[in-house]
Amino acid sequence: MGKLIVHQEKAQNIAELIKICPFGAMENKNGKIEINSACRLCKLCVKRGGGVFEFVESEIWIDKTAWRGISVYVDHVDGKIHPVTYELIGKAKELAAKINQPVYAVFLGENISQKAQEILHYGVDKVYICDKKELRGFNIENYATAFENFIEKVKPAVVLVGATPVGRQLAPKIAAHFRTGLTADCTVLDIHENTDLVQIRPAFGGNIMAEILTPNHRPQMATVRYKIMDAPKRSDEISGSVEPLEVNSDKFTSKVEVLSVIKKPREVGIENADVLIVAGRGVKKKEDLKLIRELAEVLNGDFACTRPLVECGWLEPKRQIGLSGRTVRPKLIITCGVSGSVQFVAGMEHSEQIFAINSDSKASIFKIANYAVVGDLYEIIPPLIAKIKQGGSIA
Amino acid sequence: MEILVCIKQVPGSNKVEVDPVTGVLKRNSADAKMNPYDLFALETGLRLREKYGGNLSVLTMGPPQAATIIYEAFAMGADKGALITDRKFGGSDVLATSYTLSQGIRNFGAFDIIICGLQTTDGDTAQVGPEVSEMLGVPCVCNVRAIDKVEDNHIIVDMEMSEDIERLKVPFPCLITVQKDIYEPRLPSYKKQKATANREISRYSLNNMTDKNEKHYGLDGSPTCVQRIFPPISNKIQEKWTDSSENLSQRIYDALKKIKFTA
Repeated sequence: MGKLIVHQEKAQNIAELIKICPFGAMENKNGKIEINSACRLCKLCVKRGGGVFEFVESEIWIDKTAWRGISVYVDHVDGKIHPVTYELIGKAKELAAKINQPVYAVFLGENISQKAQEILHYGVDKVYICDKKELRGFNIENYATAFENFIEKVKPAVVLVGATPVGRQLAPKIAAHFRTGLTADCTVLDIHENTDLVQIRPAFGGNIMAEILTPNHRPQMATVRYKIMDAPKRSDEISGSVEPLEVNSDKFTSKVEVLSVIKKPREVGIENADVLIVAGRGVKKKEDLKLIRELAEVLNGDFACTRPLVECGWLEPKRQIGLSGRTVRPKLIITCGVSGSVQFVAGMEHSEQIFAINSDSKASIFKIANYAVVGDLYEIIPPLIAKIKQGGSIA
Repeated sequence: MEILVCIKQVPGSNKVEVDPVTGVLKRNSADAKMNPYDLFALETGLRLREKYGGNLSVLTMGPPQAATIIYEAFAMGADKGALITDRKFGGSDVLATSYTLSQGIRNFGAFDIIICGLQTTDGDTAQVGPEVSEMLGVPCVCNVRAIDKVEDNHIIVDMEMSEDIERLKVPFPCLITVQKDIYEPRLPSYKKQKATANREISRYSLNNMTDKNEKHYGLDGSPTCVQRIFPPISNKIQEKWTDSSENLSQRIYDALKKIKFTA
């Protein structure tokens, strides 16, 4: 890495120099500038300090050519592959093309050999599989053992892991084992010619973006959340090959026992839905609610309503959004015939994506909608449902 | 049972702005506080101690003023506290932080169980817990949503996964990270606060560590390095669509597809 050196003799106006640091990491100690523990090594002071600050790189540099290829951890539970895997493969292919190196997938589990074939439809060069009874359920230590074995054998330049409950604990375990860098929840990834991975992630609760490199360690590791990258199209043909990853059973030394794996109880209630379709007074008859229900169903979501519909007795109070109902924050909300009273909006304005369908172009719901759709819900929703059914939902 | 809870002092608010011209951070100097997720870890530790006996220690790493949160933990019922603080630990990324913590933990004592919050509100990575476990060579379980019981030097916990819950039997010593809402954290007690206001805490600097090689700590010990910071580009879309019903339907479909709610 390296460190900052302060050329005290060149420092003229200490008070001004100290202001350069956005983190307040510089102090005036008896006329000398000291850099304290708040330093993030952003090197802004090197850029703007007029030669007072110098960044000295450490002398030992690793041999980057010894580490080749972009690898993706196949996230799964019981062989059911999480779609974030394909999204990461998509990104890995893009990065690999820039540096002309291969893409690997690493698939660890029990009874997964058959499922590995599926990955070959997405254009990876090799799928390394470790199919062992010790990898039944998710036992982090045994998974880490197999993963470490893969890295030692293949020496990939980059390891991408989905930021799922599995990936978020496995990746740091591996990174710590190899004493390398790991950047969580990257939103943008790029790569330099020298195989340095450019990792961009939100910091300070998303108020700032940080661009991060791991310049002198390999492998470079990053996690990425689901639905950030784009999955490649599944090809009908397969390409690449499946390679077994031999790990001796006596290497799996974990004393952690998986006692049981049970399905999580489905959390019911509109507060827990990722997708919500909301009926408002624009829905004319109780029977017409089936349109709303059906749209919710094809999008794997739930349905809710505004207060007047509860007052008419069309739906139960627990489905009501608003100040006198529930507060919701789904990833996607589609309001249908909702005018958008202040009380209603207060209960849903923090939803991530807001679509509002209303025939009144002046409806107040449009003020907060990302997509204000001026039209008749009775004409828009049925063909929309048909299109979604035809395309097939992925949520 | 010897219980250790790792805690961190975080900024009171994440509200920061970047000046788009100069790239300089405009920091809102709100009060620092204990990472809210750590309250759940503390509560978990306190409940374990109440049920199974033993001692509850807390450990933090940060500037000298981070000692404040150790006294907060005392007011909630913690028995012992240690602060890892040294200028040389500044600028640590996840790896260097985890390494420093693991060194400090070795100094502090032998623990049956180490409990961490799920993540912090400032770094937001959820990686330090599992990295510390690797450095200490103990098993770790993240996302613990419930503790069933402790027996025969093991703890039985429920780990939350995307769609399942795994029940695991983990031998001591081990490290767990607990989810928020595992238990309702108690309020600090005024009486305890008074009684512990002058309690001694251990302080560790580089000189106290077994590994005194400066290169393993702080900036030098951090493999990742921040190249630049910049304000996020707002992707808030606000569009108004007036079109034929057929086209509107298609446009909604295309937009849903683009934001990945439908294939």
